[in-house]
Amino acid sequence: MLTAENIHVAFGDTVALDGASVEVGDEIVAILGPSGCGKSTLLRVIAGLQRPDMGAVTFDGEDLTSVPAHLRRFGLMFQDYALFPHRNVGRNVAFGLEMQGLEREEISQRVSEVLELVGLAGWESRVIDGLSGGEAQRVALARTLAPRPRLVLLDEPLGSLDRMLRDRLVEEIREILTEASTPAIYVTHDHDEADRVSDRALIMRAGRIVASGTLDQIRTGANDPWIQEFLAI
Amino acid sequence: MKVGRTLLVGVPVLFLGYFFVYPVASILIEAATGEGGMDFLLTASTGRALWFTLWQAAVSTVLTLLVAFPLTWVVSNFDFAGRRTVMALVTVPFVLPSVVVASAFIALGLRDSVVAILVAHVFFNVSVVVRTVTTVWARLDRSPIDAARTLGASPWTAFRQVTLPLLSPSIAAASSIVFLLCFTSFGIVLLLGGLRLRTIEVEIYQRVTTYLDLPAAGALALVQLVGIVAVMTAYARLQERRTRKLHLRPEAQVLRVARGRERIWMWSIVTATTALTLVPPTVLIARSMRSGAAGWRFLADPGPLAVDPGAAIGNSLQSAAIAALIALAVGVPAAVVVARSAPGWGRWMDVVVMLPLGTSAVTIGLGFLVALDRPIDLRTAPIIVPIAHALVAIPFVVRAVLPTIRSIRTVLRDAAAVLGASPARVWREVDLPLMARAVGVAGGFAAAVSLGEFGATAFIVRPGTVTVPTLIYRLLGRPGAVTFSGAMAMSVILMVLVGGLVMSLDRLRAGELGSF
Repeated sequence: MLTAENIHVAFGDTVALDGASVEVGDEIVAILGPSGCGKSTLLRVIAGLQRPDMGAVTFDGEDLTSVPAHLRRFGLMFQDYALFPHRNVGRNVAFGLEMQGLEREEISQRVSEVLELVGLAGWESRVIDGLSGGEAQRVALARTLAPRPRLVLLDEPLGSLDRMLRDRLVEEIREILTEASTPAIYVTHDHDEADRVSDRALIMRAGRIVASGTLDQIRTGANDPWIQEFLAI
Repeated sequence: MKVGRTLLVGVPVLFLGYFFVYPVASILIEAATGEGGMDFLLTASTGRALWFTLWQAAVSTVLTLLVAFPLTWVVSNFDFAGRRTVMALVTVPFVLPSVVVASAFIALGLRDSVVAILVAHVFFNVSVVVRTVTTVWARLDRSPIDAARTLGASPWTAFRQVTLPLLSPSIAAASSIVFLLCFTSFGIVLLLGGLRLRTIEVEIYQRVTTYLDLPAAGALALVQLVGIVAVMTAYARLQERRTRKLHLRPEAQVLRVARGRERIWMWSIVTATTALTLVPPTVLIARSMRSGAAGWRFLADPGPLAVDPGAAIGNSLQSAAIAALIALAVGVPAAVVVARSAPGWGRWMDVVVMLPLGTSAVTIGLGFLVALDRPIDLRTAPIIVPIAHALVAIPFVVRAVLPTIRSIRTVLRDAAAVLGASPARVWREVDLPLMARAVGVAGGFAAAVSLGEFGATAFIVRPGTVTVPTLIYRLLGRPGAVTFSGAMAMSVILMVLVGGLVMSLDRLRAGELGSF
């Protein structure tokens, strides 16, 4: 279980996180909020890419707050995928496995396995440059899942795709994550997407979590007019 | 990483501190405390040199802009077979060593005249204007121009009211560079100016070699520095005020095929410019072949008095290799620091590594001569030649790799870290492979700079370290038609070495652009 407790982050005078707390068990949790509310910063703190000014991150009781990103064994899928332009599809997916020092054969087996999982079986030798948005998104997902992370973090993974593609891929992502049975945090500003991908949602506003539950529960339970309005759009 | 960071900052700072700041500071001290240094500035000959330096630089700049304009217009508007070749061809003069260019104009009979200097400067710098302006013009979104046309502007009015203002920052940038290059021009003026025409650079050289008057030379170098700083400051101000966010598109979307009368203009301009570009190199080759390839026979058997041409070529190649390595070892870490640091720090480093570019080669050579006998006497060590060359090349290395380092997105490093790569591993797996080609190009360019370097080398060269450009200068200074032909043949060799190197780099760079 992941816990992030009372996280504070400020960039100069701008407060990005103002005491945000999250708990994630064996489930897919969506963090939903308007742009600029601190969602991405929270993911970066959990991944270890951003040091919090205050607060603690633990996983299964182990304090990770000062553990650097490369030793956390979490997976993070970036908003614009961040695929390595100098490596082909297969070597992108293999990167995390290479870092673990696995044997070459083990790596290529796992790579083809994960590529199949995301529906790109046999794409190992394609170059990154020629991929469409949807294909790049799948490669990024495969790269994130390949090293079997203990927790998957997804930062608006469908943000740059068109509506139709998003509708299709959101279901796929849920299936893939469930199949991999990895706990996940899925950040989005789209409540429809959040509803369909997650078991539970957290609403974030101005650097804090302001509500938690399924979206239906939040809709009926919340008496905060801001939440009502945000979910009504 | 602490160690890595210290090295990144330490290597450039120590190198530039000892081989640049310390010598230049010594020059200033020499000028201020040496006898008669400052007084020399008030003499008539200083006034003449300063005036000539300024006006020839200004006239050269204007002429270069005028000559470059037609070709710039062509390559910025039209796509045609051989466009890339034409671009590469007009770049060749710029990378040719000044000694080679001067030799070619001497062979053309243009010697001891202002015209020779001006024409050589134009020949040299046309490519600066063509390249700098074309990178913007050939990618400039044409819709504002089309909008102006639909609003009733004639093609000429649209050009004046829309295109020209959008291009003015790049024209100003090109003009400043050309002015600076002509302001600090040394080899051309020394060889083509005769005894009468002297820029400050040449005056510094004469003060040292003829009169051994270091205080006067130091004082002149001070004037030179003030002038350069003034030009660079004006340029920076201009850039700041004029910079606009331009709408740039890929060249393929902007360039069109010429039709009708445009075609005739286009091909006339391309033919005329390339023909003019080819004249000096052709003359060099022809002159070296005259009277039964006398030049080449001379090189094969120079007789007892001359310096060994084979040794000079060996010295030059060795210097080029060492200078390239030093320039990379200093320039790449400096570029990484500039790219990665917080704005304040980074800008400080940026200024430090760019200083040698603004300083003239002659000042660098003079500084070595004045300063580097303490604490250990490096002036007689052979390594001093490649060190001076590296100093001249470092700013080019930084400029060549900086854009690439900046273009490596932080998110790629983050992605690698999350996937389990330690900071050292991130450097090896992400930064290094993405930088490799730019570093290769920068190293090759540094080698080319070293091969052609003359200004700094002229001060520190010794009988054992004579390079090809210094040998050419010595041969040109000797009487006799045969040694003259030998100088021409030597110039051809240097032209082939540098030209070949730069052309192959250009190909490498094209491959890089194509693969990303």
